[in-house]
Amino acid sequence: MYNFEFAKPKTVEEAASAMAAEGAQALGGGQTLLPTMKQRLASPEVLVSLTGIDGMVGVSASGGSVTIGGATTHAQVAADVAESYPALAALAANIGDPAVRNRGTVGGSLANNDPAACYPAGALGSGATITTNKRDIAADDYFQGMFETALDEGEIITSVSFPIPQKANYQKFDQPASRFALVGVFVAKTPDGVRVAVTGASNEGVYRWTAAETALNSDFSQAALEGMSGDADDMISDLHGSGAYRAHLVGVLTRRAVAACG
Amino acid sequence: MAADGGMGHATKRREDVRFLTGRGRYTDDYTPAKTTYCAFARSTVANGKINSIDTSAAAEMPGVVAVFTGEDFADVGGNPAGWLINSRDGEPMKEPKRPVLAHGKVRHVGDAYAAVIAETLEQAMDAVEAIDADIDELDAVTNMADALANTDTLVHDEIGTNQCFDWGWIEDNRAATDEAIKNAPHVTTLELVNNRLVPNAMEPRCSIGEYDPGTGDYRLTTTSQNPHLTRLLISAFVMGIPENKLTVHAPDVGGGFGSKIYHYGEEALVLAAAKKLNRPVKWTSTRTEAFLSDAHGRDHVTKIELACEKDGTFIAFRTETMANVGAYLSNFSTATPTFLHGTLMAGNYTVPNVYVNVKAVFTNTAPVDAYRGAGRPEATFSLERVIDKAARELGIDPVALRRKNFIKPDQYPYASAAGLEYDSGNYDALMDGLEKRADLAGFEARRAESAKNGKLRGLGINAYIEACGIAPSNLVGVLGSRVGLYDAATVRVNATGNISVMVGAHSHGQGHETAFPQVVADMLGVDPMSIEIVHGDTSKIPFGMGTYGSRSLAVCGSAVFRATEKIIKKATLIAAHMMEDKPENVDFTDGEFAVKGTNKKVSFGEVALKAYIPHNFPLESIEPGLEETAFYDPANFTYPSGAYACEVEVDPETGKVDICSMVAMDDFGNVVNPMIVTGQVQGGLAQGIGQALLEHGIYDENGQLLSGSLMDYAMPRADDLPNFVVDHSHATRCTHNPIGVKGCGEAGAIGSPPTVVNAVVDALQRGGHDVDHIDMPVSPARVWAAING
Ligand SMILES: Cc1cc2nc3c(=O)[nH]c(=O)nc-3n(C[C@H](O)[C@H](O)[C@H](O)COP(=O)(O)OP(=O)(O)OC[C@H]3O[C@@H](n4cnc5c(N)ncnc54)[C@H](O)[C@@H]3O)c2cc1C
Repeated sequence: MYNFEFAKPKTVEEAASAMAAEGAQALGGGQTLLPTMKQRLASPEVLVSLTGIDGMVGVSASGGSVTIGGATTHAQVAADVAESYPALAALAANIGDPAVRNRGTVGGSLANNDPAACYPAGALGSGATITTNKRDIAADDYFQGMFETALDEGEIITSVSFPIPQKANYQKFDQPASRFALVGVFVAKTPDGVRVAVTGASNEGVYRWTAAETALNSDFSQAALEGMSGDADDMISDLHGSGAYRAHLVGVLTRRAVAACG
Repeated sequence: MAADGGMGHATKRREDVRFLTGRGRYTDDYTPAKTTYCAFARSTVANGKINSIDTSAAAEMPGVVAVFTGEDFADVGGNPAGWLINSRDGEPMKEPKRPVLAHGKVRHVGDAYAAVIAETLEQAMDAVEAIDADIDELDAVTNMADALANTDTLVHDEIGTNQCFDWGWIEDNRAATDEAIKNAPHVTTLELVNNRLVPNAMEPRCSIGEYDPGTGDYRLTTTSQNPHLTRLLISAFVMGIPENKLTVHAPDVGGGFGSKIYHYGEEALVLAAAKKLNRPVKWTSTRTEAFLSDAHGRDHVTKIELACEKDGTFIAFRTETMANVGAYLSNFSTATPTFLHGTLMAGNYTVPNVYVNVKAVFTNTAPVDAYRGAGRPEATFSLERVIDKAARELGIDPVALRRKNFIKPDQYPYASAAGLEYDSGNYDALMDGLEKRADLAGFEARRAESAKNGKLRGLGINAYIEACGIAPSNLVGVLGSRVGLYDAATVRVNATGNISVMVGAHSHGQGHETAFPQVVADMLGVDPMSIEIVHGDTSKIPFGMGTYGSRSLAVCGSAVFRATEKIIKKATLIAAHMMEDKPENVDFTDGEFAVKGTNKKVSFGEVALKAYIPHNFPLESIEPGLEETAFYDPANFTYPSGAYACEVEVDPETGKVDICSMVAMDDFGNVVNPMIVTGQVQGGLAQGIGQALLEHGIYDENGQLLSGSLMDYAMPRADDLPNFVVDHSHATRCTHNPIGVKGCGEAGAIGSPPTVVNAVVDALQRGGHDVDHIDMPVSPARVWAAING
């Protein structure tokens, strides 16, 4: 790790001005950023910790959606939305291990947009809105490929609003070593239609599987997906699985998610 | 005997109190005054010519006190291979020099070519980045078949080949085995890979060098499984420091599994730097460095053939193996694929013909050496997989096929066709026990239950034998070992009656501090807690060969036993003198010396005191003091054996394998502490299941380690494992060591991989999929690919 300055602002405004400094970078739970710094693969000059900002921690529910502060940990989400949005709570409860869940934050996960992370599927599948210190961004516009998002330099995710679907389920198939998603599929049945978001699989990062959505919109059942799988050509192929295997898993997990929706 | 805590008692491990309460003292916990810190510059290319290394900028960096390159060690020796193997044509193996720091060429990613010593670790790391190394990347060779075929790309130019040796065992049996296979009514052939493993001990390697200019003494504190061997190698081969001027101390060590048997260049470097700087020098490996530079394990590519009669009687095993030794010969790398592998290729069976050919191959990858089981897991995997395939081809139940060919209890000592003499065992008794404890009869019902849930259930059976208690010096000497493999112990009874036992074995998780006192306490009739084991420091202990190969209790424990016998003998003389009678009239039981037929007695404690306060002593016949040393060199290996069963459920949609049960029936001979033995088996099973399902060190064709971190290298976790059934009640004593023990440290890692793979293949076969074999790790992706052709 290289030396760096450390700032722990109390408000979003203070954080935003701290982020204006040369080489400044936001710090959520540090579960991605700190290991990278320890390996000397990242060298921010100023770390701006967001977890001390009261307004960015916590969960509130109103009008059919839950809003989660950007610096809220996975463990808190798992506990606080267990009743209001059980599928999202289950997703959060199955990220990493207790140490990761007690530190890692929803804002950090979405800002990082790891192609194998769970929250991107939850946010895109739910049709969430990502709120920053500058604007609201619809999930459909937010994810722009592996590790790429609509965030500008220095922009801070202050909260994320998840509309609560009628039914939802997240199926994650673990990569054996990291236990991130080798493939993860989030299925949500909403009044505006079914949304199917796939993580872990595509070279383009998290995406909506529109063919499955169409099929499920006319018949929300496993049978509607019979014989369907992802497109192997677009899929990640690595030591944990070929593109063909991932494409196959996309189909299997989507069916299982639909079945689990009941 | 000692009421509590003697032989056979499941005494809790006394050392766990300090380990579990954070009071262990590991190498990195030790920071002498004025310590400097070392960081290495390591190659990022797998094969490269070093044109120049400019360290001038690094040397000017803040806090830097010294920079070393391979040039600085050009005149010192190399780290040698401990075992000479001759090829079939009689040529000795190729032994290219393994320098302290790469010189002229780098040969694998992670090969260290320079080192910086600085006031702080960060300064040392900063300076490493300032080293300007001009290295031409050359084509790399990582695949063994390519390495043998393609001599344009050489790991070591000076030897003109990538083949280290081409070994035949037993060469005289080759023709007969070929003939037997040619004429056999049935031959089953299997090609398989024994996957490369990265050891991943919880504690990474760490070394601290110190030098005392007043006395000229060196001290190396290091993460080692055998400090005396490390001292010997540094003294005799690498640096020429006189042995009596070098202390090697391995304090608490957080796991080794083989990877800390060997001497590594970093140890020599911190010693050389400490001398030059006149300050302590410390290096602690990062996890990344561990992945790139610790000796890896396994990595064989094998073709095995089993010839048999139509009724399943075995006629011959013939094996052809390529064994990856990586870029340099690590200390035992040449013994592992040969004498720890080829000699076991008769398994538990009365097979008349065995022939094994092993080609050891240099590649641009990290060195490969012994890893828990070392050669025996490879042997067992090949044998037990091909036997399972033969059973299927012949339509014979896999248990029945094994039983048909087992060596029977009345055949011991049994001379195996692979050149070993097994002293004892009872494989049918183990299989009987297994049938009961694994409820093999109930399998069909469980399978039907799994099928209802859409899961394919399979049953895997395995029998193994291993050669442990490594080993008899006479035998290993003939086989090419350059060291003896005895062990040593000194039992020192202190004046006040408590006892220090100095041992050559090293405990890094094995529980010696608890088990060894149980042996002594039993013999002396004293409280085990009055006995302390001293190990790991060459300035305190007699010359021993350390811990690996399940040898500690069988070899070093036997030395403890012999030394304690000597203590009893001498104490009897002192007791006789105290009671004014002849030694032959004195009996020793339960810690008391008594004159036969009288009520005269003295306690062990009184005798101990007398030994150190020898007033009125017959000095012409008894020396003062009560301290004895024994060196023990066994007559043979020990031969633990076992029968294992595993049930798995395969999800045919995803290929995911869940292990439902794992039953291990082992014969370890006498058991000193059943709880520790069970723990050792459990750990071995976890590692074996790790190999079978999860772990894989994979290099790409450019020599980059793709699974170079825990994000890609899958270690087994608790929820990957079932509740184990571990049973070591079906024991046959080892006939040649005084405690009757065989060794249990590696069994689980040897017996479990073929059991798991047999179970997966069985599940797929029963599920109607024509799958004969899946290479380890049997990952979901591989199972799915096998199912889907
Ligand atoms: C062992 C392990 C296992 C894991 N398993 C999983 C898993 O199964 N599934 C999964 O989804 N994830 C997993 N993770 C990742 C985990 O969820 C992290 O929480 C997440 O990747 C990053 O969140 P963080 O709060 O720690 O962010 P940090 O590491 O602090 O930051 C990550 C990036 O986001 C930026 N950032 C942080 N907060 C904000 C914000 N509010 N606004 C804008 N930018 C911000 C940072 O500048 C940085 O670039 C795992 C991590 C580990 C270490």
